[in-house]
Amino acid sequence: MATIKERQDVLVEEFEFFDEWMDKYNHIIEMGKSLDALPEEKKNDDLLVQGCQSKVWLHAEKNGENVRFQADADAIIAKGIVAMLIDVFDNQPAKEVAAADLRFLEEIGLKDHLSPTRANGLMSMIKQMKFYALAFAG
Amino acid sequence: MSYDVQSIRQQFPILNQQIHGRPLVYLDNAATAQKPMAVIDAISDYYMNYNANVHRGVHTLSQRATDAMEAVREDVRVHINAAETAEIIFTRGITDSINTIAFGMGALVGKEQNIVITAVEHHSNIVPWQMLCQRTGAELRHLPMNQHGEVVLDGIEDIIDEHTALVAFNHISNALGTINPVEAILERAQKVGAWTLVDGAQSGPHAKVDVRAWDVDFFTLSSHKMYGPTGLGVLYGKREKLEALPPYQGGGEMIATVTLEESTYAGLPHKFEAGTPHIEGIIGFGAALKYINEIGIEAIAAHEKELLEYATQECSKIEGFRVIGDAKNKASVLSFIVDGTHPYDLGVLLDQQGVAVRTGQHCTQPIMDAFCIDGTARASFAMYNTKEEIDLFKAALEKAVTMLR
Repeated sequence: MATIKERQDVLVEEFEFFDEWMDKYNHIIEMGKSLDALPEEKKNDDLLVQGCQSKVWLHAEKNGENVRFQADADAIIAKGIVAMLIDVFDNQPAKEVAAADLRFLEEIGLKDHLSPTRANGLMSMIKQMKFYALAFAG
Repeated sequence: MSYDVQSIRQQFPILNQQIHGRPLVYLDNAATAQKPMAVIDAISDYYMNYNANVHRGVHTLSQRATDAMEAVREDVRVHINAAETAEIIFTRGITDSINTIAFGMGALVGKEQNIVITAVEHHSNIVPWQMLCQRTGAELRHLPMNQHGEVVLDGIEDIIDEHTALVAFNHISNALGTINPVEAILERAQKVGAWTLVDGAQSGPHAKVDVRAWDVDFFTLSSHKMYGPTGLGVLYGKREKLEALPPYQGGGEMIATVTLEESTYAGLPHKFEAGTPHIEGIIGFGAALKYINEIGIEAIAAHEKELLEYATQECSKIEGFRVIGDAKNKASVLSFIVDGTHPYDLGVLLDQQGVAVRTGQHCTQPIMDAFCIDGTARASFAMYNTKEEIDLFKAALEKAVTMLR
């Protein structure tokens, strides 16, 4: 199974195909569209990630040493971004998720590209995922 | 003389730039308008040639700064046709203006009384009244709106009654662009002897207001929405009303005498202007007013009306495009959603194509709740926008919608 580092490398390679940000967004949107939706009954307010401009629901559960993530969002770009994070983190060892360095965000250029409020939203998603991982690892 | 939008655009240097490699199309004017050279020059001139604190100094620069600032007060009086210059108060903005009244009225309103707003208010004309009602026990009421985003006047006699202390409402809604039936609401309020406040945040740049023709007690304007600097608002109040209100903030400039035990307050307008005023802002606002009046507010409004109609007509060709707030009487705001897309996503993808719009709730959560939506995207037009820009906006919107569906 691919490690967190290997999964990030794949994402970075995918984005290298695109020069224009409109195309990168298109790719993020496609990732959002292909992420399985959370069933409506799971979209409760407890799962909302605080600090996002749009609604992002994040669900995590323990799978042995690993952590499984599911997520959804009402806006598709936010959903695409959380899909990328799930791509990297889902079913990885909780300890490694908690300690992971997400350099792909810089390498894709997403971190610099987002407006400060959206970048805060992205940071909140990552923080929430790591928070779950830390709880499961301990 | 025909309306020369190209020569107007030349006065706004910020418009001449690329965003993400595309020409900037700035359609977020209801949030803040861009500034013409006349305003930028006036601010530079102040700092380069006569920066000094006002009112206190005997030296020449202070006198010049004071004269310039006070000349703007007189310009504002003329602009809204107030009876006297002392009735023009400079504030930090509309929010500050409304809070000034809401604070002062705390001393005058009893728990058997009520305050009336409408269902199409900005949070800044809701929350201060909720706070006032919490302090005094008074009741907060509102005139409802219909599915077009228009204020409904049926039942106004029951809502605005003899216990109404104040009726406060906006001239034009920032979220929907609805022009409210000001005269009809004022007439009812005046009949029962209620005080009245009209929030001119959105009407300032689009409509000429005569406060004496309305016979309104308070009226507010926002400089930055009228092509002037940020951080400055105007509060107009009838002398007898302003004199009846206690001051909002204490400090320098607003006093007549001070001992360590007690102070007496200065007369109008200084009683409501504690601290050093926003001198540069006031001088810049004076230049903005002059600029608006040179072009003519009626000419600007006619130009914007044409843009609004054109944008509404063109964008309605996009499948699933829905205007939020289709009042008969509208100004300069196109609030919309597109089925199957989220406003935030539209905002991001429009920005990528150089188009600046506002997305979200526009500080009007109750309006969004009434329409059962989380928010809208909002394009709003100003004197310098063009039909070509609307074509670019529509094309960008179509592209965004195609990507998102």
